[in-house]
Amino acid sequence: MTMLGRTAQHLFWLSRYVERAENMARLLEVGYRMSLTSRREGGESEHLISMMQAAEIDEEWAKKDRVADVASVTDFMLFDPSNPSSVQTCLMMARNNARTVRTAITSDMWETLNGAWLTFSQLKSRDVRGAKLLEVLEWIKRISHEFRGAFLGTLLRDDGFAFLQAGGLIERADNTARILDMKYYVLLPQAKMVGGDLDTQQWTLILRAASAHRSYRHVYHDRYKAENIADFLILRQEMPRSLFYCARFVQTQVQNLATFYGCSKSCDVAAAELRAMVENTTMETIFAHGLHEFLTEFIERNNTLTTALSESYNFYQDAAVA
Amino acid sequence: MADTKPFDEMYNADGSVREPYRALAAWLDEQKGKALTLMQADAEAIFRKLGITFAVYGSEEGTEKVIPFDVIPRIIAAQEWKELSRGIEQRVKALNAFLHDIYHDQNILKAGIVPEKLILNNAAFCPQMMGVNPARNVYAHIIGVDIVRTGPDAFFVLEDNLRTPSGVSYMLEDREAMMMLAPDLFQRIKVAPVDTYAENLRATLESVAPEGTSGTPNIVVLTPGIYNSAYFEHSFLADQMGATLCEGPDLFVEDGKVFMRTTMGPERVDVIYRRIDDAYLDPETFRPESMLGVPGLFKAYAQGNVTLVNAPGTGIADDKAVYTYVPEIVEFYLGEKTLLQNVPTYNCTDKDQREWVLENLADLVVKEVHGSGGYGMMVGPTSTKAMHKEFKQKILARPDNYIVQPTLALSTCPTYVNSGIAPRHVDLRPYVLIGDEVRITPGGLTRVALKKGSLVVNSSQGGGTKDTWVLEE
Repeated sequence: MTMLGRTAQHLFWLSRYVERAENMARLLEVGYRMSLTSRREGGESEHLISMMQAAEIDEEWAKKDRVADVASVTDFMLFDPSNPSSVQTCLMMARNNARTVRTAITSDMWETLNGAWLTFSQLKSRDVRGAKLLEVLEWIKRISHEFRGAFLGTLLRDDGFAFLQAGGLIERADNTARILDMKYYVLLPQAKMVGGDLDTQQWTLILRAASAHRSYRHVYHDRYKAENIADFLILRQEMPRSLFYCARFVQTQVQNLATFYGCSKSCDVAAAELRAMVENTTMETIFAHGLHEFLTEFIERNNTLTTALSESYNFYQDAAVA
Repeated sequence: MADTKPFDEMYNADGSVREPYRALAAWLDEQKGKALTLMQADAEAIFRKLGITFAVYGSEEGTEKVIPFDVIPRIIAAQEWKELSRGIEQRVKALNAFLHDIYHDQNILKAGIVPEKLILNNAAFCPQMMGVNPARNVYAHIIGVDIVRTGPDAFFVLEDNLRTPSGVSYMLEDREAMMMLAPDLFQRIKVAPVDTYAENLRATLESVAPEGTSGTPNIVVLTPGIYNSAYFEHSFLADQMGATLCEGPDLFVEDGKVFMRTTMGPERVDVIYRRIDDAYLDPETFRPESMLGVPGLFKAYAQGNVTLVNAPGTGIADDKAVYTYVPEIVEFYLGEKTLLQNVPTYNCTDKDQREWVLENLADLVVKEVHGSGGYGMMVGPTSTKAMHKEFKQKILARPDNYIVQPTLALSTCPTYVNSGIAPRHVDLRPYVLIGDEVRITPGGLTRVALKKGSLVVNSSQGGGTKDTWVLEE
């Protein structure tokens, strides 16, 4: 039996919002660490704003007309209901999507989200001050791990599973691309000429934002180097947050849908194109044509895939995601 | 009536245990120390985990409450149930015949048995239904009959619910919870199963698919969405039946046929178990501003291309003023005396009755004809003089807007409260399914007024529920 287009849409956005909440926590952690170690006057604010630019919430922030310090940015990133990507908004949207498709998810998935929402809505600003902030950010990331565990362990491997997986992977690819784009200049090959502590620190933070600062060593057995980091987060297939990994697995999910429904759709082409973009290339080519340009195009193609998926499987045009 | 001790479901007047409760009473005696307190705490944890909630209107967004559950079941003897079922079956058959008549020849009005004005001027009357022929002539497929008890053989129907009776999910989950909490009790007492409900609901819905439906009918549950107070029940029932849970925008009408928007394009829909009110079903026929409904749905229905469950316009048969005529309705269509009695009801449009009512208001219950959920009513003995005065004015201003009944001494059932086990007033809502046959699930939802002395059992007014056990012979 086929499912409602709306159900597919809710599943897709459900996992996107969970993934986004996790990524907001990661980004905030990076912004926070950068601000702690800044040695320049005004550096704290500058780091926090570039972090918000990466998350594409800087325009929303600008409306607030406030000085970007850790306390106010933390409030904005975690609790602000007017911020469409705040952790609160993400968790609420994830839960509402889940509630709307309760018949399409398992009780383990529902209980994870419902429990997370109930706990989160008890949190106050004073619970995230100082050292407690990192603790809360860890907890937010854990929600995402737990949710992933719940659906991997309990959900039927049917069309719903594919929509859910595709949503999470598309969101993750988007986030990795944005994190790289935020600091692309420190990843350019000529940057190694600059060298020095500042770059090393920024590379560490980029890797940390992608939960990759330890696994990097296992893959490269080397110091942090710009071209390695870019390679790791863009082309390495064993890195679960790399663009290649995400693009490949999204395509697998899209193929699973085609097999499940026994037909091919326009999103099949979009998924293949996204994958080809990161499969048939090298870091040399990417650098030669411009890293920033490459990342921008990747983000665009990733969006095109979302649109194609929505059209192919009759999501609602107004993206009525609860 | 108010000062005599009400009928106790478990104990005779002399303090001995009534026959159907013997095994339960013995089991309760064996529960040592804090056993019941622990059970009550477990019950709450179970309900919270399962997410059996109802949304509370007007409270903060996303607030859902767990309905209070009492761990002491209510028991109905096999013979009592048999008689109740016969009465219920008779009643729902007569009400369906009444609906067919009202929307066709209106013989009962012509015969002067039910006043024409009462029907034709009624807000629940749906003129668009005139001459429409639903599949198998069934109008109300799912009915909840509210029954109260005042004595060993005294059952009264308080209300018929023919629109979209809710609460069936509580009946099913109460049983689930009870089986988890006290499995040993089920070994001692043979209880008729209720988990056949979903299967029976599916069978009922399939049986009323439009003529010419090919293959297995495609059934959907139509909900207003996650902010509706009964959303949990809507998703629960869809889940249990393996039906698709839809919202209005998921459906559309083309060439007089109803389709849903699936990942693979339009798919034909045959039966819609709708949980949205008549007025919101179809903006082309009813309220034009409705965002919940489906444009063109009524036309598709009238052409016989889709079945709506329950049919639009069934509300005319559960109107509180029409209720007073149900005994006559049973007699008119079936030629039988009614087996289940109505609660005596006074008609305020009659001068003599009105005068008597106004003099005795302090002992009576006043209900608004269109009120529900315990709103817009006054229970005389527990109301202040100011309220008596207020309702006196209201009745005088609009005598046809109110029905008045004696304060019934609702039976009580032992209930676990803070101070231990104490009697609390209960009512009963059995669920009836009408399709190719009448299916009544043995049991129903027992609602219990948790406040001492209170007669109001609605969940919106702080009532709770109990598992309801019909004994097997």
